[in-house]
Amino acid sequence: MAKYLLLKHYRGAPAAVNDVPMDKWTPEEISAHVQYMNDFAARLEETGEFVDGQALAPEGAWVRYDGEGRPPVTDGPFAETKDLIAGWMVIDVDSYERAVELAGELSAAPGAGGAPIHEWLEVRPFLTAPPTITE
Amino acid sequence: MDEVLLRNLTPSVLAILVRRGADFAAAEDAVQDALVEAVRVWPADPPRDPKGWLVTVAWRRFLDTVRADAARRRREDLVNEEPAPGPAPAADDTLRLYFLCAHPSLTPSSAVALTLRAVGGLTTRQIARAYLVPEATMAQRISRAKRTVSRLRFDQPGDVATVLRVLYLVFNEGYSGDVDLAAEAIRLTRQLAAVIDHPEVAGLLALMLLHHARRAARTAPDGSLVPLAEQDRGRWDTASIGEGVAILQAALARDRLGEFQAQAAIAALHADAPTAEETDWVQIVEWYDELAHLTDSPIVRLNRAVAVGEADGPRAGLAALAALDDSLPRHTAVAAYLHERDGDLATAARLYAEAAQKAPNLAERGHLTRQAARLNARR
Repeated sequence: MAKYLLLKHYRGAPAAVNDVPMDKWTPEEISAHVQYMNDFAARLEETGEFVDGQALAPEGAWVRYDGEGRPPVTDGPFAETKDLIAGWMVIDVDSYERAVELAGELSAAPGAGGAPIHEWLEVRPFLTAPPTITE
Repeated sequence: MDEVLLRNLTPSVLAILVRRGADFAAAEDAVQDALVEAVRVWPADPPRDPKGWLVTVAWRRFLDTVRADAARRRREDLVNEEPAPGPAPAADDTLRLYFLCAHPSLTPSSAVALTLRAVGGLTTRQIARAYLVPEATMAQRISRAKRTVSRLRFDQPGDVATVLRVLYLVFNEGYSGDVDLAAEAIRLTRQLAAVIDHPEVAGLLALMLLHHARRAARTAPDGSLVPLAEQDRGRWDTASIGEGVAILQAALARDRLGEFQAQAAIAALHADAPTAEETDWVQIVEWYDELAHLTDSPIVRLNRAVAVGEADGPRAGLAALAALDDSLPRHTAVAAYLHERDGDLATAARLYAEAAQKAPNLAERGHLTRQAARLNARR
């Protein structure tokens, strides 16, 4: 078993095929999209492959240590930041192929006109604990 | 076996142990053990006196722990004398337990967790699931909270307002997980109202009942939010509304107004309207004025702007909104709504989309995006 992170981006991913902002869809298309996402997560829970899914607000800040006795420095948000994560799903699957298959299904979620969005999702393997048997 | 009945006994059993001289943290662990034991044993062998049974088992558990500790620490003076089972504890004991678990020295998240465990009788696992954190994290949070309050004296009087804030938090953030936190908050507030005669406790209980009554109507089958004006009022729980209104009226009659009574009054006026169009917005604005006077909260003034928009027209609502800081949460969503009522659909659609970007949760984001989509589809 291996864990993979499926990352969805607000910005920074290559443009989707069906790239229409959600507020330009019809309300029914939005409902269909949400239903698809919920069904997808529910199905993964049933197959025992779902670990976690979360959505992030678009706005955040940069923070860094600024030396002993000083409060941390905060900066941003930066409108020009190229990459902006929208949310993720963590899956625990048997193979990389399965992770790709599932990311493909997630990317097929319907958008404007009820057609698949073909959104680009990032698939990243987790680094694991070292195995017990090494030779 | 009725699990709620069992958990209703939790605070009084814990209070008896503490009154007998057990320190709070150890007593709380012993009561949890007794509850687990009860769930295991009672279905086959129900006790005649459930509370007496719990006290006996919990006290024995506590003594076992103390004896084990004492053997290690050579401290045996406390355990030699086992007191006789005491009389039923005074309501004061239960009340002190609420105060202790909501003590101002605790952070809100610690107070919430400790209240749910020590007063509510929920297990650490149930609380962890309800707040979507790992069980070990919640266990640590609870044991730190117990260490904090163990240093406090059990007989110190508390401020009921701190307890109400904790119960309000449990209710208001109570729509996730397998434990129904909203129902649990109502149960705990009801139990509190039984041991203290205070109009704001009644006000909070009424507020919870009135909001809980609308729960079934608040989400569509697809999980999306249904705004108040569009809810199917036939799905509101009239028994819960009736109870909430009666409790509120009795509280208001005592003429000691507080913020929870004022909030409940607003909820009652909504509940009272057979249709959204028949809502008494003029009275609702008056209650928001009372509320703003009591709390001076910018969120209250934001909600008041919505009410003004209904009572005196959207232009008046927008004027009230213009006086408020536009970085307030939901300011943009309110602006969108008032512009739509004013007939400016282009501005409304743009603001709904902008508000969706700032929404604090997925349900609201989805709702606001749909509002934008609905207007964009009409133009």
